[in-house]
Amino acid sequence: MSKTITIEPVTRIEGHAKISIMLDDSGRVVDSRFHVTEFRGFEKFCVGRSFWEMPGITARICGICPVSHLMASSKAGDMILGVRTPAPAVALRRLMNYAQLVQSHALSFFLLSGPDLILGMDADPLQRNMAGLIAANPDLARAGIRMRAFGQQLIRMLGDRSVHPSWAVPGGVRKSLGSDQRDQVLKQLPEMHATINIALDLMKDIHDSFSTEIDAYGEFPSLFMGLVGEDGGLEHYDGKLRVIDAEGKILEDGAAPEDYQRLIAEGEQKWSYLKFPYYRPLGPEQGMYRVGPLARLNVCDFAGTPKADRELRQFRHYGGQGKPVSGSFYYHHARLIEILHALERIEEILGDDILIDHHIRSQAGVNQNIGIGISEAPRGTLFHHYRVDDNGILEDVNLIIATGQNNLAMNRTVRQLAERFIRGDKLDQGLLNRVEHGIRVYDPCLSCSTHEAGRMPLQVQLFSARGELLDEVKRC
Amino acid sequence: MPVITLTIDEELVSARAGQSILEACRDHEIKIPTLCHLDGLSARGGCRLCLVAVAGSPRLLPACTTAVQENMVVTTSNEKIERYRRMILELTFAERNHTCAVCVSNENCELQTLAAELGMDHVRYDYLNPDLPLDTSHERYGVDHNRCLLCLRCVRVCDEVEGAHTWDVKGRGIKSQVITDLNRPWGASESCTECGKCVEVCPTGALFTKGSAVAEMKKEASFLRRILDGREKRQWRR
Repeated sequence: MSKTITIEPVTRIEGHAKISIMLDDSGRVVDSRFHVTEFRGFEKFCVGRSFWEMPGITARICGICPVSHLMASSKAGDMILGVRTPAPAVALRRLMNYAQLVQSHALSFFLLSGPDLILGMDADPLQRNMAGLIAANPDLARAGIRMRAFGQQLIRMLGDRSVHPSWAVPGGVRKSLGSDQRDQVLKQLPEMHATINIALDLMKDIHDSFSTEIDAYGEFPSLFMGLVGEDGGLEHYDGKLRVIDAEGKILEDGAAPEDYQRLIAEGEQKWSYLKFPYYRPLGPEQGMYRVGPLARLNVCDFAGTPKADRELRQFRHYGGQGKPVSGSFYYHHARLIEILHALERIEEILGDDILIDHHIRSQAGVNQNIGIGISEAPRGTLFHHYRVDDNGILEDVNLIIATGQNNLAMNRTVRQLAERFIRGDKLDQGLLNRVEHGIRVYDPCLSCSTHEAGRMPLQVQLFSARGELLDEVKRC
Repeated sequence: MPVITLTIDEELVSARAGQSILEACRDHEIKIPTLCHLDGLSARGGCRLCLVAVAGSPRLLPACTTAVQENMVVTTSNEKIERYRRMILELTFAERNHTCAVCVSNENCELQTLAAELGMDHVRYDYLNPDLPLDTSHERYGVDHNRCLLCLRCVRVCDEVEGAHTWDVKGRGIKSQVITDLNRPWGASESCTECGKCVEVCPTGALFTKGSAVAEMKKEASFLRRILDGREKRQWRR
């Protein structure tokens, strides 16, 4: 008799989701679905508001990565103003964006995925959580928490608050960084470098201990998309879009923000609030692409900072000669390399005299009716697209969120893991946790992706072919 | 001007004939919350936050529009009055879409401050969620009807101090809305002098300077006293 397994709620992710796995009569996996069960509707209710408010409003989409929305929204606002944003403001925005990258990646690696990676997939569920990690490896847990606090603190210094700052505005930013604050951040950097070095070493051990199953966590060919700088280097704030295929061949390069609709189409399914974006020229079947840390490291030519470049060269070995790294388990490692890169960039920006300049905000009215802002959020490329009337009132809003763009890949990963680990009709916690971890490697932010408020739960249900619920595991 | 004697909160106090209870209270440093009232503008009695109990009256009366009388006994605060004030604030919040978290006047809003001071920590009524527009057609200022509580300070300051009478009110009851130049977009107004007085006296984020981000509007209504002292008492000071 065929069945469906449902994992609901999915835990240790940002948002609300469930996983359904359908089995046939012989207990083999025939289909699987990653459902996002939240809805918010920002694209609708922002219509009629002013674009000046959008950084503040869209930052509220997410408590983990409000800064990413702040960046994309203020950049879209910059385009509507049509004036040049002062260079010090751009440097300050970059600084906050790197701080965001550090705190979000630290959260994902140390706090959300850490229990699986360090305690093991089969560890007792009662222990396989943050409290268990603190008990087993207090120094590492503390270092991870301090790293996240470092990023949050830098965001707070700039934006007065770490969650939902309304600091970046169309035309620039509202406040600069004081020299005392700059020194305070610089003083903490050696500790952060020490932490990331420990984590990078640990990552190599994790790869060894997961060597037999690493290829089950989303190892498949796909396209990759991300921003790269003018010189092809790793870029998070600005730059042009690049798309590569599974062989590493560049399909698109130098695509400006205005071109994004030529590159991306958004598919929909009735069973999830999360859309299914794909690379338009190849269609929904062939056009599956991944975004985020793994994609960014795959699409860039180099990192542009010495320590991160050294790590990147080693990282590229996972992909083989000239090929991108195609296993989603390597998202974890990519995240750590990005933290290292962000720390190096933070040091660079803090040492730049440009921060002393007090010109941080350009003033202008509506000079263009379309504003498109693209930046790299911790989870991938983020698009804010606004159309305004001549008074700056929004007539249309389109947001494409990083997690949504990994939706096809996440579904594919769940399928791959289910096929590998699910047998018969009984649910085993360790095996189910592997399926959940297939989602966690992407560090999805479902609140963002459906622009939805949510908790972090997951549910797995096992259904028969006739739709009978056979087994169910829920966690909150 | 004859002096009269009355009792406020069990204290005998003196006041000038013709003064309102609110003015008499403020002369004696007795605090009464207000929202539509603003020193220098005519009293309106619209917001009802200054309700006080007057012995002999079966209902609470607004302190701003009730004149003091000889031997009057006034209570400015008791359980019933505080409950009514909180209820009025709840109804004010429920009527429009204030959404403090993303408001230009967040942390600098008289309505928000009063809610905190009077202990209004939740709204028990269903929000009406009206679909109200934003008018940003003016070159310098914008009006967000979602955050307007119809205190009409803008109408009064424009008429009584600036003398332009650009602002007015259309509709009735909860459908009332402040308008400029007989309901033309603010940017098309011919009477507006762009002085900005209405923006400065607005207690919430309803009137704002264009381009303001969340919590960026800091208004300063004290200019009004300076202008009026100069005009009426020939006292010019910064």
